Amino acid sequence: MPIVEVDKLTKRYKGAATNAVDGISFGIEPGEFFALLGPNGAGKTTTISILTTTLAPTAGTVRIAGFDLATQASQVRRQVGIIFQRPSLDMNLTAEENVRLHAFLYGLYPFRPSFGWMPRSYRDQVQQLARILQIDRELFKPIKTFSGGMRRKLEIIRSLMHHPRVLFLDEPSLGLDPISRRALWAYLLEVRAQADTTVFLTTHYLEEAEQADRVCVIDHGRVVASGTPAQLKAQLVQDFVLIDAQDRAALLDELRRLDVSWVETGGGLRIDVAGPRVHALLRAVTTPLSSVQTHTPSLEDAYLDIIRAAEPQDEAVQP
Amino acid sequence: MRADAPPLPPGGWQTELSAVVAIAYRDLLKFLRDPARMVSTFVFPLIFIGALGGSLQASFGRASSINLLVFTFTGVFAQMLFQTTAFGLISLLEDRENDLMQEIFVSPISRYAIVIGKIVGETLVAIPQALVVIVFALAVRVELTPSQVLGLIPTGIAACLLGGSFGLVVLVNLGGQRAANQVFPFLVLPQYFLAGVFNPLAGLPWYLEVLSRISPLRYAVDLVRGVYYAGLPEYERVVLDPPVINLAVTLGLFVVFVGIGTVLFVRHERNR
Repeated sequence: MPIVEVDKLTKRYKGAATNAVDGISFGIEPGEFFALLGPNGAGKTTTISILTTTLAPTAGTVRIAGFDLATQASQVRRQVGIIFQRPSLDMNLTAEENVRLHAFLYGLYPFRPSFGWMPRSYRDQVQQLARILQIDRELFKPIKTFSGGMRRKLEIIRSLMHHPRVLFLDEPSLGLDPISRRALWAYLLEVRAQADTTVFLTTHYLEEAEQADRVCVIDHGRVVASGTPAQLKAQLVQDFVLIDAQDRAALLDELRRLDVSWVETGGGLRIDVAGPRVHALLRAVTTPLSSVQTHTPSLEDAYLDIIRAAEPQDEAVQP
Repeated sequence: MRADAPPLPPGGWQTELSAVVAIAYRDLLKFLRDPARMVSTFVFPLIFIGALGGSLQASFGRASSINLLVFTFTGVFAQMLFQTTAFGLISLLEDRENDLMQEIFVSPISRYAIVIGKIVGETLVAIPQALVVIVFALAVRVELTPSQVLGLIPTGIAACLLGGSFGLVVLVNLGGQRAANQVFPFLVLPQYFLAGVFNPLAGLPWYLEVLSRISPLRYAVDLVRGVYYAGLPEYERVVLDPPVINLAVTLGLFVVFVGIGTVLFVRHERNR
């Protein structure tokens, strides 16, 4: 049974002419790493806001961990952890005070005015998480002084305090440098492996989604493609070889004779072949080659193809 | 599905109460860590009572047959607590603009707990101010017996709660902090006069009487005076309604404002 079930979810903002989210449906299995991709304005943040109960949907149903979003919002909130697109920390408090406020809001511990008065289990948990994320020395400092990466780490600690079954990450690495980004992901993947947490990610960094079990691409509020990263790549873009020769005319003649189809590009002749057939092709060609490049598509190539394919159709339906 | 779920954290009223205290405590810490804000909130009422009350007493005191310094002290005491808490609620909008509200709103606690936590927090911020005003009043020789001081504390808290709930109702329909800062003075300043903070309200024309009766601040001020002047000869000339009525109106307005304010605030947040 899916842990997240989204059925014909629709959202139209007040005064808007079109739906920001237009009847999307998908399911996520427990423990799955699910990535929601799409260009700016595709409806990603709208979707995640509805799923995390901060925005009311116009139509459709959502169930998370078996609870209905519309009628059991409080139960849903207990099951999910969220890392928002923009850091949502109290700048007047220390790192630990931010985490402690979270613990009280989730009813994990009764109110205590200082860290020292908190139960040992809380103190151990916070210190352990802080050590793993390497912010243990800054735990009692005001977060005004924190870098973007440290704030993100703190938000991760906070979001995991109540052991959520689904962790929502809304563009978590926005504004982070590559080192912080890599450290963040190493930790998130470790948490996922240990606690079997379901991860729901929206991101602009396609290489982050490469690690996902399943990817769903939305554009103009609709699902335009979904599947594993490998499936999306296989469906939409092909592996190819770019070859060229000093004597291009001779090469073209030879390819015609060999009955190989090609496309002329700025970088040479593009031939859609993959795997062992690349070798066979190169063996068959006798014209001396000046360059050979093999190309294996990334998820980014697949994504760009999907979005390009979706665009003309959408333009056609607009008045 | 539910059977394999990990045990839920304990819910119930203890969780809600703990969350209310945690939200309130956060506001108090924020205040204590902002020295500039502390100084400004203390100076304003001192100027009011000292300069205005003193000069009113010097000019009209003898003619009006009541001590205007004492009258102004009791009025400003209630008005200041009402206003500090009402303005403090604007920090709800500040939190929204700083995105902290997201974190609070995705937590499983009741929406009423969030709003009451904010009102209690701003009340805690206002109380140190009240203590400073009482000390100042003693310094300028406003007569205060221990029982009068004891009476000022609960009535002061009532003024805070009413002010906080009033602030909530006003701000729910305002787009942002800027709008709130512009609108609040228009809704609070006229109440200074309609509630009789500095001016005895005897003999108002009927239309001002109506406006006075719909000013929430009137009930907070009159409640404080009702308790302060209890048993004194000026009671009849100063106090408008019996404290029981003022207390009932204050509590009634608090419940209505919090109820309406919370529903509207949540709707405004989620139905965009």
